[in-house]
Amino acid sequence: MSGTPEREGTLADGWELVVGLEVHVELSTATKLFCGCANRFGDEPNTNVCPVCLGLPGSLPVVNAAAVDFAMRLGRALGCEVRPAVFARKNYFYPDMPKDYQISQYDQPTNTDGCLELPDGHVVGIERAHIEEDTGKTTHVGTGGRIHDADYALVDYNRAGVPLVEIVSRPDIRTAEQARTYVRELRAILLAIGVSDARMEEGSMRVDANVSVRPVGSNELRTRCEIKNLSSLRSLGRAIAFEADRHVDLWSGGERPRQETRHWDEAQGRTTPGRSKEDAEDYRYFQDPDLVPLAPSADQVAAIDAALPVLPAARRAGLLAAGVGAVSAEESALLVERDQDALVRAAVEVGADPGLTATRVCNDLAVDDWSKVTPDGLAALIGLETSGQITATQAKQVLAEMVEAGDDPAAIAERRGFQAMAGDDLAATVDQVIAGNPEEWQRFCSGDDAARKKLSGFFIGQVMRATRGQADGGAVNRLLRGRAELF
Amino acid sequence: MSGRISRDEAAHVARLARLRFSDDELDELAAQLSAVLDHAADVEALDVSGIEPTSHPQPLTDVTRADEVRPSLERDEVLAQAPSVAEGQFRVPPILGEAP
Amino acid sequence: MTALGVAAAVASGERTARSVAEDYLERISEGDGGIGAFNLVLAEQALADADRVDAALGRGEPVGPLAGVPVALKDNLCTRGIPTTCSSRMLEGWRPPYSATVVDRLRAVGAVIVGKTNLDEFAMGSSTENSAFGPTRNPHDTSRVPGGSSGGSAAAVAAGFAALALGSDTGGSIRQPAALCGVVGMKPTYGRVSRYGLVAFASSLDQIGPFGATVADAAACYEAIAGHDPLDSTSIDQPPEPVGDALTDGVEGLRVGVVAELCGGGRQEAHRNGTNGSPASGVEGVAGDVLSRVQDAAGALEQAGAEVRTVSVPSAVLGLSAYYLIAPAEASSNLARYDGVRYGLRVDAANAAEMNVNTRTAGFGAEVKRRIMLGTYALSAGYYDAFYGKALRARTLMLQEFAAVYEDVDVLLCPTAPTTAFELGAKTSDPLLMYLNDVCTIPSNLTGHPAISVPFGSGDDGLPVGVQVMGPALSERLIFRVAAALERTAPGDGSTP
Repeated sequence: MSGTPEREGTLADGWELVVGLEVHVELSTATKLFCGCANRFGDEPNTNVCPVCLGLPGSLPVVNAAAVDFAMRLGRALGCEVRPAVFARKNYFYPDMPKDYQISQYDQPTNTDGCLELPDGHVVGIERAHIEEDTGKTTHVGTGGRIHDADYALVDYNRAGVPLVEIVSRPDIRTAEQARTYVRELRAILLAIGVSDARMEEGSMRVDANVSVRPVGSNELRTRCEIKNLSSLRSLGRAIAFEADRHVDLWSGGERPRQETRHWDEAQGRTTPGRSKEDAEDYRYFQDPDLVPLAPSADQVAAIDAALPVLPAARRAGLLAAGVGAVSAEESALLVERDQDALVRAAVEVGADPGLTATRVCNDLAVDDWSKVTPDGLAALIGLETSGQITATQAKQVLAEMVEAGDDPAAIAERRGFQAMAGDDLAATVDQVIAGNPEEWQRFCSGDDAARKKLSGFFIGQVMRATRGQADGGAVNRLLRGRAELF
Repeated sequence: MSGRISRDEAAHVARLARLRFSDDELDELAAQLSAVLDHAADVEALDVSGIEPTSHPQPLTDVTRADEVRPSLERDEVLAQAPSVAEGQFRVPPILGEAP
Repeated sequence: MTALGVAAAVASGERTARSVAEDYLERISEGDGGIGAFNLVLAEQALADADRVDAALGRGEPVGPLAGVPVALKDNLCTRGIPTTCSSRMLEGWRPPYSATVVDRLRAVGAVIVGKTNLDEFAMGSSTENSAFGPTRNPHDTSRVPGGSSGGSAAAVAAGFAALALGSDTGGSIRQPAALCGVVGMKPTYGRVSRYGLVAFASSLDQIGPFGATVADAAACYEAIAGHDPLDSTSIDQPPEPVGDALTDGVEGLRVGVVAELCGGGRQEAHRNGTNGSPASGVEGVAGDVLSRVQDAAGALEQAGAEVRTVSVPSAVLGLSAYYLIAPAEASSNLARYDGVRYGLRVDAANAAEMNVNTRTAGFGAEVKRRIMLGTYALSAGYYDAFYGKALRARTLMLQEFAAVYEDVDVLLCPTAPTTAFELGAKTSDPLLMYLNDVCTIPSNLTGHPAISVPFGSGDDGLPVGVQVMGPALSERLIFRVAAALERTAPGDGSTP
């Protein structure tokens, strides 16, 4: 068994993967869910704590209005119904939980029944998206550094009480790749509506996967395992693939998986069973008597809808409609995520080549502040490049300078002495290089496509050397093919 | 005594509540809790069709606060109350189980 | 001297706040050894606070209505930097880094905090015998209990150790000890007084309220602590009505209902005969002498011009059962946080879970453990619907029936406690028998309505009897007014032991 990415798409014949995801997202409010302590990552331990988030006797929670607003915003962005909701206590003991119960929403969550459409059109149902508080952070300290052989543990409550939304999907995901796409799309939505920074590596977005398999054609839901400790999209995909194979093997061998929580071990590339608990889980949920219900009005929901930005899916569709459909799904997702889609569309509108504009922005505009790059400037740059006046390499350098200074690209190119060689000069240089390498030229003219491709690289390299990089590779290639009468 | 709660049940509840009792204590507790539940037979027998539960005497909704940072406590003051402290954090014996 | 008398004397310069504080501290040091009302006497702080009041007066600055009045706090109210124990080993030595809202409010109007009073551990009990630091005794007869759980506060006022005291009332924990100690005790409407800083027992039932030697004293204390608090989500966001100016209004024309079911009727007998679940006519165990005083009180109100009738609230008999499911359920969750990690007691072990168990097993007393067990059971899967879920519906039924009764009458009258103060140890072996003490006070906690206990004569044993006036939500002004009328006509004087 192995869960390598290469194998993710394939499951043994006759089996279908059934995955539902539970994604915890930290909301980027200024304060915690129930108190005025700063909601901030990376501070000194136990410096953002107060009687409420430490669960001191006598303290009482008061809900952060912004957290509720963020949660409802997310709900509406996922097409959920926003409902009257109550906070409930989930009772269990754990040192990182100051009250030894977690305030969450149980049978009456804020958001229910939404969906998320993946870029390929596949729709994943959203069962619920509810508000709850985060726990503190435990560090296991000991010789081995592993939980099992720790000498003691340290608890920092800075994170305790940070607002979370848990988004629970329906088991509508059928491949590991879909699972990753779902998370990526969810992240794009979170960023677009500005409610979370959604960083998996920092833990502000945490993904658990419920995995089961079933025979193709069946609608049953078989025993599932919940996989935790998925700290990257790569882990998510690998873990699902591994777990699915494990289930298929078990069922095929006449066994059945146990319903349990399993952990993804990134180094070993496998899931391992969690420790079984002494008692069956019994969280004794009940309505939190310290808090009162949330009853969002129709007006409140309408105001949230009105304020929602255009969501990533619609923005990608906008790119497509603007003729940027030639670029990959990944590029268009990236442009939307980086909020650069409007720039690209505007540049295309004033005449820039769609595909090249998208590629140039995706690859060479991965900077925090690109405010000095205007659509007109970008279109002018792309124009210089498509007309062969500057090379791709030069275009990247000009763009970098545009980010800094915001000048006109033609002016920058001129100042730096960039210009692709004029056509006649270039043709002369190409002829010199052909004359200097008769054997290679012979093989170029008579060889097959593969050989020719290899040799064109050789010739372009020679021309570049002769022109000190001023030549445009595409133009050289065109000249070579013309000389060889290959048209 | 009605024996509504067995010793085993009492032991299970004690585990959930993180309390420890001797067998004799468990038997006594089971009997006492059974007596209270016997008394609650009137509530248990209630015809509740059409009656909504009341979790709370106040008909309040939407009590929230503005998202404004307030001063936190001084860490020294917080940790001064802790039974065991290390590196600015609360120190506890090794945690064997996992959080749910 | 009454609290208002002290306040007047201090404000007029007739007494200094310091001399008042010294008097009370001296009475405590002389008398509390035999009573055990206090867990902690704050002599130094009280004198310093009194000096501050005197200094302000000396500068001609305005002082609050309770300036210089010595007040005792139940030891489940958080006081910054001052031990707050809940009379539990679990919190022995804990110094909260913040104060309860009510404590800040009292100090803002010039009150002088003299100490923290004893209680049944975490406010669970009706006799103050469940304290880890020993029982409090009734100042009227030290072989008797003061009631509970705010027994220390009730005894402190009854013994003259404090002019006023605060207690908390979850099922009668202010009113029942007030009745047994012959003082006035009042539970406000749920949400009228902030719970911020009150160590929670059962959050949907807990409410802080005043003790005073007189109705006027209790009213002044109530006015000082009532009002909206943004730190408590369940706090009522509208200004409280004043109550002190209504005390002399009389009861002419008021409609008073005597609740038949809360005046006894022998449910216990029917129950013990195996007719579980059948509607019982009334609560069990109300003693004849107590009932006589309630009838006397009804007569006195009638004499004063009120219209008195007997009314029926059938679901009131469900109160005790519903309460002993709901309160422990909430308590089991509220008390989970005592796990040995962040504050208070820790009894160590090889791993964190065992440390939790060791700590909780050593730190909690028997009654607290019993209620945690009961509440954990009531909430656990498989039993929730049968017990907790039904108790919440019984609560709805009670709210509906009380609302209907308040269409016909303005206030309700009934006993506060079924008996006068009982002997120490008399009920400690039978939890259910102890729980029956709360049978008349519990309904107001379940409905969230205000209620007040006012001394009204004595029982056959010569010990004080309290009668209870209940009203609908936010009717504080009305129930204080009726209580004041009762006080004016009360036979004898059970207030000074």
